[in-house]
Amino acid sequence: MTEQLLIKFSILILFLPLIGFIVALLFGKRFSRIYLFENIVLFISFVLSVILVYAKLAYFIDSTITSEIQWITVGSTTIELGIELDNIAVLMILVVMIISLLVHLFSIAYMKGDSRYNRYFAYLGLFTFSMSGIVLTHNILMMYIFWELVGISSYLLIGFWYEKKSASDAAKKAFIVNRIGDIGMLAGVLMLFITYDTFTFDKIFDQISQGILPFNSEFWLTVTGLLIFCGAIGKSAQFPLHVWLPDAMEGPTPVSALIHAATMVAAGVYLVVKVFTMLTGDALFIIAIIGMLSALIPATIALTQNDIKRVLAYSTVSQLGYMIMALGVGAFTFAFFHLITHAFFKACLFLGSGSVIHGMHHEQDIRNMGGLRKKMPLTYATFLISSIAISGVPLTSGFLSKDGILAGTFAFGSLTGHWLFAIVGFLVAMLTAFYMFRLVILTFHGEPRNKDKYDHAHESPFIMVMPLVVLAGLSFFFWYTPNPLDASKGWVVTEWIKPPQISVPENARYDFMKTDILAQDGKIDGYPVSYSQKYTKAVHQAHYPAMLLSLLVAGLGILMAFVIYQWKKLDADKLALKMKPLYNISYNKWYFDEIYDATFVAGTTGLSKLLAKFDLKVIDGIVDGSATVTRGTSTFSGRFDNIVVDGLVNFMAYLSGFIGLIFRRFQTGKVQTYIVMVIFSLVILLFIFKSL
Amino acid sequence: MTEIGLNHFLIVSTVLFSLGIFGIVTRKNAVMVLMGIELVLNAANINFIAFAKYGGFGYQGQLVALFVIVLAAAEAAIALAIVLNIYKTFSTVDVDQIDTLKD
Repeated sequence: MTEQLLIKFSILILFLPLIGFIVALLFGKRFSRIYLFENIVLFISFVLSVILVYAKLAYFIDSTITSEIQWITVGSTTIELGIELDNIAVLMILVVMIISLLVHLFSIAYMKGDSRYNRYFAYLGLFTFSMSGIVLTHNILMMYIFWELVGISSYLLIGFWYEKKSASDAAKKAFIVNRIGDIGMLAGVLMLFITYDTFTFDKIFDQISQGILPFNSEFWLTVTGLLIFCGAIGKSAQFPLHVWLPDAMEGPTPVSALIHAATMVAAGVYLVVKVFTMLTGDALFIIAIIGMLSALIPATIALTQNDIKRVLAYSTVSQLGYMIMALGVGAFTFAFFHLITHAFFKACLFLGSGSVIHGMHHEQDIRNMGGLRKKMPLTYATFLISSIAISGVPLTSGFLSKDGILAGTFAFGSLTGHWLFAIVGFLVAMLTAFYMFRLVILTFHGEPRNKDKYDHAHESPFIMVMPLVVLAGLSFFFWYTPNPLDASKGWVVTEWIKPPQISVPENARYDFMKTDILAQDGKIDGYPVSYSQKYTKAVHQAHYPAMLLSLLVAGLGILMAFVIYQWKKLDADKLALKMKPLYNISYNKWYFDEIYDATFVAGTTGLSKLLAKFDLKVIDGIVDGSATVTRGTSTFSGRFDNIVVDGLVNFMAYLSGFIGLIFRRFQTGKVQTYIVMVIFSLVILLFIFKSL
Repeated sequence: MTEIGLNHFLIVSTVLFSLGIFGIVTRKNAVMVLMGIELVLNAANINFIAFAKYGGFGYQGQLVALFVIVLAAAEAAIALAIVLNIYKTFSTVDVDQIDTLKD
């Protein structure tokens, strides 16, 4: 295993799905089985990524492998294309490939009979290609390009059933909302470029750690970091741009699993992870606040939604907010760890919901479900495992990562005095447990509420259940750590994911991130040291209280769900009536769509109308006026032409004709006349010259 | 009886020249016009000889006179050929009627 080989592998991983996309797109109409080709190349990509991760972690665990070629050279500026393989990138590519492959397999059955079957797989290939590009790239320009590619492929996939108006609207909404975030990101990228004259991450970070800042001020470094974070707000559906994700559920369900649970939305978090080292304390604090709002608001919305996919969508936004908040408070390792674990169990939940929808013949309303446990045992089991994982119950991966994040917020509170993040963290953990079990109970437990649909429900075929089982399997703790209660003992967060050296100037960091004397072996009491001893100690101390509290709140949430929906000790409807205003806010999604419609959309259309009027009246008036003036001038000059110029010309012609008429007389045509004239004039000349 | 001098020659040549011009201008027949031209040439010849003799120019004047005779012969040949062609084209040698140049 050499580094060159790994680079070759990663290039293959990147481009195989693209080949699959092109082939499936070009020959999709001629060969109905071309989707198999797409699946096969994706499988090869998957195998290669497994080898890549193994080789990277076994042989090059502490090194970052980069390879680049020059793309454009203008003057002294060179733009490179390149690949950077660090532990985070290879882990991410493995997650992307696993989920992409399973979603492909799931889709084979789920999408069967669709009129654009091959095209669907082509789009999946394009999406996988773009996502791998984001993960593998070593410069932010390429990342931005792939970022937009992900945007366009998600647009294609969300609007895959574009005959449905709601689907095409959702696709447009997703695309436009993403675009708003991307504008900010583009501005950030350009800020970096004008300051550092390069797009490559390493070179930018190097220069920052040497003290070179945009406009020589830490404030502008904060602004740049936040502008780049804008891209993450859009892609990761963070507050206030989270509105596109629930609507994006109009796409096929496997697409939701791939894009809106595990990969595309994770790209935003991945971006923040990638640029984490250049984020100042102020920027991180704002990021944490955005993450907190994104975690809290959708969690409250998810409590009352009735569409199985929408609950999951809001849950996704909430969990992504969790990760962003974790990054904001400096819990780098656990944020990325949560990204991985969440990707698996959320993909499992989405595919599980796909299985339910498939089995129920395209019924998505949980009010029409219930009792499906008996009809769909495997789907139920995997869905339950994933729900337990997302709720943060011990023995699952979700417990480990969520616990780490909560400990991080706890530590942040004890170090800086901002306890709000920890409070919201625990509150959201409870809400998550509650709405997930509400979903499980309403869907699978109890008596069937729609007898007709229930009778026709059936368990999904093997090829759909198999991915569920794999993903549910990945939601257990033993893949990540030997100790089911503490991820810090495991290999993922100690060996594989390491927080980067912070490169922002000392006085722009959080206090606890300032350089101090690190422990000799990089560990304290067997725990890895990140940033500073102070922080590590705080996290260590926060670990057990946080764990106990998180266990408590998760248990409380699950218990409440059972009390209300399973044992019916409390009537959900009466509860809703009692808390009517709160219920309405939650049920109507905090009126975000309405507010945006009333402000931004109405504002934009109003402005457009105003501009249209301005255009019609003023601009058109000017144009018309100038046209009239031109016409008048032309008429006048035409007249002038006709009368004066033509008159002059005609007069000249007449004059020459007249003169010609006179002189014509002299031209008799007789040679003798001419001779007489010659002699006559000769004589005259002679007289003249004689007198001289 | 005065001696014959330069002036006598010049008078003769002037008379001859005038007669030639008169012929050129008044005659209708192209051949007669041609003859007028010959007279003009010979008037010039007389001038050359006279000035050669009285002007002290040696033989140069006589030489030029010889050239003029040769020239006249050549001119006559070409002019007669032209007259012949004119006759062929217009069936007449009356110069008054040949006025196509006018148009």
